[in-house]
Amino acid sequence: MSEYVIIGNGAAAAGCIEGIRSVDRKTPITVISKENRPAYCRPLISYYLEGKAVPERIGYREADFYQKNACNVLYGKSALSVDGEKKYVTLDSGETLPYTALCIAAGSSPIMLPIAGIEKVKKLFTFMTLDDATAIKEAVGKESRVLIIGAGLIGLKCAEGLCESVKSIAVCDLAARVLSSILDDECAALMQKKLEEHNASFMLGDTVEGFEENEALMRSGKKVGFDIVIMAAGVRPNTSAAKTAGAEVNRGIIVNDRMESTVRGIYAAGDCAEGMDISLGARRVLAILPNAYMQGYCAGVNMAGGEYVFDKGIPMNAIGFFGLHALSAGSYFTKEQGGEIYEERSEGKIRRLFTKDNRLCGFMFIGDTDKIGIYTSLIRDRVPLDTINFDLLKKSATFAAFSPEIRGKKFGGVV
Amino acid sequence: MKRVYVNEKWCLGCHLCEYNCAFANSGKIDMALALKDKPIYPRIHIDGDEKVPFAISCRHCTDPICVKSCISGALKSKDGVITVDKERCVGCLTCILVCPYGALTEGNDGVATKCELCIENSCESPACAAGCPNGAIVYEER
Ligand SMILES: Cc1cc2nc3c(=O)[nH]c(=O)nc-3n(C[C@H](O)[C@H](O)[C@H](O)COP(=O)(O)OP(=O)(O)OC[C@H]3O[C@@H](n4cnc5c(N)ncnc54)[C@H](O)[C@@H]3O)c2cc1C
Repeated sequence: MSEYVIIGNGAAAAGCIEGIRSVDRKTPITVISKENRPAYCRPLISYYLEGKAVPERIGYREADFYQKNACNVLYGKSALSVDGEKKYVTLDSGETLPYTALCIAAGSSPIMLPIAGIEKVKKLFTFMTLDDATAIKEAVGKESRVLIIGAGLIGLKCAEGLCESVKSIAVCDLAARVLSSILDDECAALMQKKLEEHNASFMLGDTVEGFEENEALMRSGKKVGFDIVIMAAGVRPNTSAAKTAGAEVNRGIIVNDRMESTVRGIYAAGDCAEGMDISLGARRVLAILPNAYMQGYCAGVNMAGGEYVFDKGIPMNAIGFFGLHALSAGSYFTKEQGGEIYEERSEGKIRRLFTKDNRLCGFMFIGDTDKIGIYTSLIRDRVPLDTINFDLLKKSATFAAFSPEIRGKKFGGVV
Repeated sequence: MKRVYVNEKWCLGCHLCEYNCAFANSGKIDMALALKDKPIYPRIHIDGDEKVPFAISCRHCTDPICVKSCISGALKSKDGVITVDKERCVGCLTCILVCPYGALTEGNDGVATKCELCIENSCESPACAAGCPNGAIVYEER
């Protein structure tokens, strides 16, 4: 019998299910779910740590989602390999599942740095799953000294989640600033300050050279005592199943704008996929939830024989700590690369717009969120800046920058 | 489905819609008590300049990118009306980042706030349209 199979059960899988069901209400879908629970909002695990969210209420979809969509979910099982020619998936249990169309939506895994002495650390965690968060919650107490390795989004969200409930938090990163893949020096410094006001300290440009049971020796020579270590040094796309099928893999599984891998009948979506970033003009892994959902949806429609193109993928990050928000999107090009920057600033606010070749290609705003989606849509729709009043938009977000005709289209009918 | 539309030719930029909206969603019975001397958090906003002002609010898109992008499952489409579950929203502002219409804002409680067509409050139809002095805001099917 013809059947759809999805490897993984996160946001991309949920998108894939909804995409398939928008075309085909009947054909069974089998979902292979390594985690032993329905899809949940992964970004909420830091809010759970903080006590602002509870596991019972972080489901990504309603409780009857799988039933309504005629999905058979194999909880606690992993896909080991895929035969792309004979079209079947082999599970860790030894079972095989034939498919007509397969979506690999396996997400990513935390990178474990092979630091000398790491086996001596008794309380060592990663921060990727609800189970990780529960384990950390159980391991920490008021007197805990926490060392977080990595000052990216995941490390800092973990710091935020813990900072009110532990004695101290030290965060180290080899990069010279926090959130180095998303923000520039100045914006990163503002976010860092916010966390420092709340019990976190930073060791930037520094990393752990070696561990004793309760002490880290830093590259700088510093010694840092800890009770708990959290490894948040980045993630790696889960591509092993795709590789066994012979699909082309770079950092992630290479996909086109229909989310097809290089093997017929195999699609990929979300954190494990490497699709086009139109703001960069090159493929890259866009490990954010909106992208996972939209790629998954696109894959699903195409798997079911529909026609869907997702050609608007760009990085988009909304990061906030204690009420200070950094919102950014797109890519940044230097002067040498032909890019230009426009900047506006006022007390506690920074607005930076990055343009190239008559297009907005990226922005980075701190403390200003007003109608910011206007800028995101200029990037996603590749709007030529000479067709709008971009000078107005440099100062503030306003639809006065568009002609009455464009405004009429945006606001005068069903969109 | 009926939606809120603004005829910018008739919009005076008087901001009354903002007050009516904030009041309608305040849960209070007295407008002065609800709004006087307080910052207000309306779900419709006057944009534009003095010459051409116009009110903007949620388009209730047929393919809503805010719902697709929501990291907490708080934004949902119910029969075409896009709503925020305030209990679930964690205030990450991803929806504000992606909405091409600038229709969402951060409310007083730090969570996403948007037009829900006055369905959840005690008004019978959108308060912005009902109270627009120049008939610029309409609630109709297009
Ligand atoms: C702490 C934290 C905070 C975050 N905050 C944000 C944020 O604010 N905004 C944002 O946009 N993004 C955020 N993200 C990123 C976001 O969670 C991911 O981009 C998103 O979850 C990706 O969805 P996915 O479906 O591709 O993968 P996942 O959600 O990772 O789901 C993949 C699933 O597949 C399973 N799996 C893996 N291999 C197999 C296999 N072989 N067989 C079966 N199952 C398998 C995994 O166990 C996992 O459950 C955050 C992530 C973390 C960890």
